Amino acid sequence: MPIGLAHYLTVAAILFTLGIFGIFLNRKNVIIIMMSIELMLLAVNINFVAFSVVLNDLVGQVFAMFVLTVAAAEAAIGLAILVVYFRNRGTIQVEDIDLMRG
Amino acid sequence: MFYLFAVIAVASGVMVVVARNPVHSVLFLILAFFNSAGLFVLMGAEFLAMILVIVYVGAVAVLFLFVVMMLDIDFTQLRSGFMRYLPIGALIGFILLAELLLVFGTWVIAPGVAELKNAPLPANVGALTNTRALGELLYTRYIFAFQAAGVILLVAMIGAIVLTLRARVGVRRQSVASQMARTRAESVEIVKVPIGGGAGD
Repeated sequence: MPIGLAHYLTVAAILFTLGIFGIFLNRKNVIIIMMSIELMLLAVNINFVAFSVVLNDLVGQVFAMFVLTVAAAEAAIGLAILVVYFRNRGTIQVEDIDLMRG
Repeated sequence: MFYLFAVIAVASGVMVVVARNPVHSVLFLILAFFNSAGLFVLMGAEFLAMILVIVYVGAVAVLFLFVVMMLDIDFTQLRSGFMRYLPIGALIGFILLAELLLVFGTWVIAPGVAELKNAPLPANVGALTNTRALGELLYTRYIFAFQAAGVILLVAMIGAIVLTLRARVGVRRQSVASQMARTRAESVEIVKVPIGGGAGD
């Protein structure tokens, strides 16, 4: 069976589902939640590139690059917020993060 | 090759989610990114594969690793609800996966999509590498989006610095401006020394 679009889409779907699963499973650990979000973005990127190659259209790869940019920025800001929060509160329990005031 | 990369990527994805130690999670995340880069190479998107390795493995994963190791957190306490959320998480994940696979199973490319192509690769692919084709597209038609991406990165960088920068009180540090602003009048005092007496009093 030749490797086609469906194979890549399946891998991406599994990775995306794993991301969702990770968010549910590690509801107390913000760091693992952020890693799950990265996994989901990776799955989306695989989808973009697969369609881009199959349809012979480079715009998909350009868009995947922008997704990557935003993912990197998001990770940086998210981790910075996490560090500041830990410095202020001494914990990163998700259940404690329900107040807008520090 | 495809199955090797795909199986390792999925397996390390599983390990990211279920690993007991977050450091192991980060390392498995790096493995997943490497194997996805391999998938990208198999698809013919070499530039994105290299960018994925550089940006994710080189920057984002190391950032995660820093934060995981720097914060002194009791991770066993964070995992206390693990088993409680397992059934509902597995249920929702399974439903989502089944839906996605159902969509893929019955999905076909629309017949008119070939005319909608925005930037097709030229017929002789060998003449133009993936990197060059991507660059020619990115720096001409998508130049504004490219610049906007740069602005996003700049804002993220400034934001991260502003958030984590901490002005400590009680630290003696050199103030170059006030050093340069000193004049002779306020720093040198000329004292007439009487014969037989000391300079100090």
